[in-house]
Amino acid sequence: MSAATPVVAGKGTLGTRTMKLNIGPQHPATHGTLHLECEVDGEVIVDVIPHIGFLHTGFEKLAEYRSYNQFITLSDRLNYMSSLNNNIGFAMAVEELLGIEITPRCRVLRVIMAELGRIGDHALSIGLQAMDLGAFSIMLWTFVEREKLYDIFEAVTGGRLTTSWTRIGGLSRDVPDDFVPAVKKFVDYFPGVVDEIEKMLNRNRIFLKRTIGVGALSKQDAISHGLTGPLLRACGVAYDIRRANPYLGYEKYDFDVPTAPDGDVYSRYKVRIAELRQSLRILEQAMENIPSGPVTALDTKFALPDKFSIYNDMEALIHHFKLIMHGHGFKPQAGEIYSSTEGPNGELGWFIVSDGTRNPYRLRCRPPSFINYTAMPKMVRGQMISDLVAVMSSINVIAGELDR
Amino acid sequence: MGRGNRPVVKGDKAIRFWDIAVVIGVFAVVMQIVPLLVWAERRISALIQDRVGPNRVGPFGLFQPLADAIKLLFKEDVIPDGADRFLFVLAPALAFFPAAMTATVIPFGAPMLIGGEMLQLQVCRGNVGMMLFMALTGLSVYGIAFGGWASNNKYAMLGSLRASAQVLSYEIAMGIALVSVFMTSQSVDLNTIVADQTGTWMGFVPKWNVLKQPLAFVIFFIAAFAETNRLPFDLAECEAELVGGYHTEYSSMKFSLFFLAEYAAMFSSCCMITTLFLGGWSFPGMPAGETGKLFSLLTVAVFFTKVAVLLFFFIVVRWTLPRFRFDQLMHLGWKTLIPLGLANIAATGVAAQL
Repeated sequence: MSAATPVVAGKGTLGTRTMKLNIGPQHPATHGTLHLECEVDGEVIVDVIPHIGFLHTGFEKLAEYRSYNQFITLSDRLNYMSSLNNNIGFAMAVEELLGIEITPRCRVLRVIMAELGRIGDHALSIGLQAMDLGAFSIMLWTFVEREKLYDIFEAVTGGRLTTSWTRIGGLSRDVPDDFVPAVKKFVDYFPGVVDEIEKMLNRNRIFLKRTIGVGALSKQDAISHGLTGPLLRACGVAYDIRRANPYLGYEKYDFDVPTAPDGDVYSRYKVRIAELRQSLRILEQAMENIPSGPVTALDTKFALPDKFSIYNDMEALIHHFKLIMHGHGFKPQAGEIYSSTEGPNGELGWFIVSDGTRNPYRLRCRPPSFINYTAMPKMVRGQMISDLVAVMSSINVIAGELDR
Repeated sequence: MGRGNRPVVKGDKAIRFWDIAVVIGVFAVVMQIVPLLVWAERRISALIQDRVGPNRVGPFGLFQPLADAIKLLFKEDVIPDGADRFLFVLAPALAFFPAAMTATVIPFGAPMLIGGEMLQLQVCRGNVGMMLFMALTGLSVYGIAFGGWASNNKYAMLGSLRASAQVLSYEIAMGIALVSVFMTSQSVDLNTIVADQTGTWMGFVPKWNVLKQPLAFVIFFIAAFAETNRLPFDLAECEAELVGGYHTEYSSMKFSLFFLAEYAAMFSSCCMITTLFLGGWSFPGMPAGETGKLFSLLTVAVFFTKVAVLLFFFIVVRWTLPRFRFDQLMHLGWKTLIPLGLANIAATGVAAQL
């Protein structure tokens, strides 16, 4: 950035200059701590320089000093809007590294919780989108729904926001008895909420004016920036990792990959709404037959035995001791793995290098927010300040994931 | 203020007393309606958003605005270093003054016969009440413009620039909508406009201007939203983009004056809409020429009922719609409302000649 502000227009001696407008790091439009250095000509944005790192927590470095199971609590804090999806993605990557086959019940439960997490994330993202355009009520409606989801999360995991639900080789615990009715109730009633949101926004002239053609990105740009998730699908590319590279048995579920043609804020909204319905479809199918049996692959000796057998069974006690005590624990073979899942914001990838010790030698997360954010300046250049806010919330940048 | 077409009164002390009572009464109403409105807005928004809203302070949380005001009074009153101190202090007063003043031109009820003299429930009884209203709403932009400029803050400046452009543009649309009302009523005197709206068609349809001039009503209504800087036209504050807009740097009582000004302006706008389009204090089936005190008070109640309905609508709109972008707002003002208003004037003129 040059120190002198460039002269934009002017006749003779009367020139106008662009103004530098800092949006963030403390600003109501930046959900989290983002800093946008905007060069504005009146209300029009000439250029934007996003500064990141305000929420840098060093997760990837911290991972090098933690065992694989210990890192699960850190994975919560990446995209804290959908910590379940992070838990599941990370556990899957490590299981792939170790070559563990998880139990059928665990697979289905993970699918259910991942889809619930996705619904929570998308619902909030739509609500925030509306809020940034001034429709505050819709945000609170979606917030209420998310609270209801959090009630389910709390019953299952013990935590509402930071779930830390998975364990390498399984889950921290089996779901409670009232899990199935609770999820069924949610699945039955949530479509009504989606309808209500659509009723408020789909034919709302102001909403359409504020979103159609705003922050548009071409298919080529989207691919070359490496965008994934709803942003890419809003550009007309039907790419979903659940389809392209199925995991957790996603190939067995019948669902569509919704796309929208224009790549603008409105398309992203439409894609998210459609994905809410698809997630509900997956949930309905997954709820139909949840296999019985254990949720942890105990025979692999990577998962913790349950408390009852620890107290009553010698082998389980030794097993527990070997996994928990300092200086013990499982050691993967030296090697590296890249595994990715479809997070609510896009491809959530994990690259893990193991040197054969208890801790990863190097862990690297491919955060969808970070990659998606790189296309942001291209989306807002030449648009107005109000559009910047609309675009920001449509990208759904979560600072925890962005800065890691 | 001239006395207009009101019966001339010669230095009657009783009437002077009641005149002053009207002045004080109107001022008290405006000052009391603002906290009530704040409370109503918070309760209604809570209703819309599945929340409870303030319900702890006093019955139904009615004293919450009082508690807020006390809190604001005791807050530190910050004047930023780079601010223009004089304008910074002046701006909130300039914003509140016209908003509170516009209520003075409104006839709140039917004239009352007190001590053998007619008492009009209106503070400024001139026949130019409408002009005064337009002038005062025009003034309100200074408070916002000065506030934003004097704060020496980029967000505040952008907010005040937006507000100035917006209020000026919508003032024109408002004025044009008014002209067609004046043509229908053949007067700019608000009492005559109200009198013109009494009576009914077919015995039950009131002869209100909203039915005679529906287009002018819609234009005026939209413009009133813009004039009061309420959503979907609240670009001047627009917390998602400009933090707080023109009042970003204001705190304590200065902030609350801006806050009060918004609600006072909303109240006077609703009063004006009621007077111009919804028959003012009149109601269908009203006995003509009645001047009793009870009847007069009844008309006041009718007037405030209509205003309350409008205020409810204002609040519901605020909590359901997103806001416009600046250029879209200007498009709507200049390219839609003003041409429509002009066409309406032409149509009214043609209709009057037929």
